[in-house]
Amino acid sequence: MFFRCILILTILLPIKAYALIEVDITRGNLNPLPIAVSPLSIDDKSKENFEKILKKKNIGDEISIVVENNLKQTGLFNALNKDAFLQNPDIAHLKPRFEDWALIKAQALITGKVSLVDEKLRVEFRLWDVLAGKEMMALAFTTVPNNWRRVGHIITDKVYERLTGEKGYFDTRIIYVAEEGKKTNRIKKLAIMDQDGFNTKYLTLGNELVLTPRFNPTSQMVTYLSYFRNLPRVYLLDIETGIQEVVGDFPGMTFAPRFSPEGNKIIMSFAMDGNSDIYTMNLENRIVERITNHPSIDTSPSYSPDGKYICFNSDRSGYQQIYVMKSDGSKVKRISFGKGLYGTPVWSPRGDLIAFTKLHKGKFYIGVMRTDGSGERLLTENFYQEAPSWSPNGRVLIFYRETKTDSMGEGFSAKLWSIDLTGYNERLVPTETDASDPSWSSLLTN
Amino acid sequence: MTRNIIISSTFHLFIILIAAMSLPFLTKKPIDLPPIISVELIQITEKTNIPFALKAKKIIEKVKKKEKKLVSEQAPPKIVKKEKPDAVPLPDEKIEKVKKIKEKKQNPEKIDTEVKQVSEFEKKELFDPNDIAALIDKSKEEIGETKHRTDKVTQDQDKSVDMSGLTLSEEDALKAQIFGCWSIPLGLPYNQNLLVRIKLKLKPDGSVIRSEILDHARMNKPGQGFYKVLAESALRAIKLCQPLRVPSTGYERWKDLQLNFDAREMLEG
Repeated sequence: MFFRCILILTILLPIKAYALIEVDITRGNLNPLPIAVSPLSIDDKSKENFEKILKKKNIGDEISIVVENNLKQTGLFNALNKDAFLQNPDIAHLKPRFEDWALIKAQALITGKVSLVDEKLRVEFRLWDVLAGKEMMALAFTTVPNNWRRVGHIITDKVYERLTGEKGYFDTRIIYVAEEGKKTNRIKKLAIMDQDGFNTKYLTLGNELVLTPRFNPTSQMVTYLSYFRNLPRVYLLDIETGIQEVVGDFPGMTFAPRFSPEGNKIIMSFAMDGNSDIYTMNLENRIVERITNHPSIDTSPSYSPDGKYICFNSDRSGYQQIYVMKSDGSKVKRISFGKGLYGTPVWSPRGDLIAFTKLHKGKFYIGVMRTDGSGERLLTENFYQEAPSWSPNGRVLIFYRETKTDSMGEGFSAKLWSIDLTGYNERLVPTETDASDPSWSSLLTN
Repeated sequence: MTRNIIISSTFHLFIILIAAMSLPFLTKKPIDLPPIISVELIQITEKTNIPFALKAKKIIEKVKKKEKKLVSEQAPPKIVKKEKPDAVPLPDEKIEKVKKIKEKKQNPEKIDTEVKQVSEFEKKELFDPNDIAALIDKSKEEIGETKHRTDKVTQDQDKSVDMSGLTLSEEDALKAQIFGCWSIPLGLPYNQNLLVRIKLKLKPDGSVIRSEILDHARMNKPGQGFYKVLAESALRAIKLCQPLRVPSTGYERWKDLQLNFDAREMLEG
């Protein structure tokens, strides 16, 4: 009876239950993430030793500046002014006072420590989530002291990957054609530098014209075109060893050799009997295979990352447009249908986009489209610009831009520029000389 | 004995008969329902007050011709003819006060009570046929009644909200706050499931007592690094935003809140 009463009372008693409220957050901001890059702490003895070896007053500060500049140039991070930092680097590296860092609006914090161990540079760093008050990552590197800039790039890659979810592109190099002299008498040399414009090295002397250097996606090997006694030659250059070899002499006009994704083939176009088509050459047995056979001009081939498809440009429709075909040359399909001329298609390392140069109404554009030709987006417009090359993570494009000459034939310049996929973060890439035809390497360390 | 029984039975029968004859539910007379008057709803602007009055007058006259008795009972034509100030039963001083207030608000067009009446008149759900006379009169009393009814509706809405969740404006305020705090990691793939569900336990002031990622196991799965990055960015947004912009009342209904962070729309661009 008692239980019955309880049951009846339970039923009759008014119970107010609330359903869980759900709120969908489908938008956020694209503002750069505020990040504090604390100078890397260093003990006095190591500081003195590094000053002798590297001629740098404080190598800890220098590495943190490399990291800070890398993060700034992405457009995704807002590196906070060091003058606002309240905590000393050495203490911050042990245990940050998160309240102090939150006070200056930092959401992430990088701390680190540099030391000299057995004549080697040892750098440890930590990435902190300021708002959560926890450590997100901690790593240490040991290398020869001269590699200190690379350590900065590697740290940036790790931080970038941890905070954005995609691989970085900082520990990479860019090969390009360095140009000097008047426009009518240009000296063109092959040059290589870090992606931030430092450590430039010239790989050729400038006696011969060099064109279109391209990195092997899997190793530090470069292929490029050079004219020897007015004949085009395709070269292979091992950057690590400096060994260079001739792949072959090709007849007529030869264009833009480029590696296959595995790095075992070179794909290019050259004119045979006055007809320009696409060919591949196997680097192991040097067998040349014809891919396209069409009376039109087919040039600028580029493999998809899985090696199954090739994009190229052709004027077979009457105007220069972008086409995609299977890697054996079958199933050719036109993908660009916009107004103007399309050229230099390059397949993104992520596989989802194709970058291109477009000429329309006297202006040059760098743009991207999906691999089926949909979603065309023009990222930048200028008087003359071309030859986009992807960063290894497929987020940034590097290309070159030329300026007009004045009536006296002066004022001409060619510079490297980078732009990310948003189209907002356009930056001049510093080079010692004028520069053209850039190609971005894969990550030096994975 | 028998005689007493007969007297008693006769008396009882008499009482029953009287009751049956006089009780209204036993009679089969039709109920005298009030007559239905058709009313034409017309949108009125500030300058069409007079045409409206004329139109209303015509309608009333038509009804009067057809059903003289009914019109005389429900809507005397004399009242229709009366001008507004005469119909308002409020003292003159009060009217002056109302005018003064409007001047203080710096309203150049001096929106008078007629405009308010019109807006209320258009609301069909608030229209009551029983108040037709009052509507035609455009009296102040009617405004008071309408306002009273409007207040009642608001209370009803509150009750329904109490059971269902946040109102649109409350939800919008919360969303707008979090939109500003959430820095979306741009490197994430846009073609994958990028939904992070976070359950929150809130204090009455909107600060977070506890936050829990509902698909926490996914964070440590191989190949789901992007999910971890996204979840962490969502948690940062919540921490950065707190105290959250929650309603000042009804703590019980929103003390447990689930936020679904979905970056696909933004990443697809």
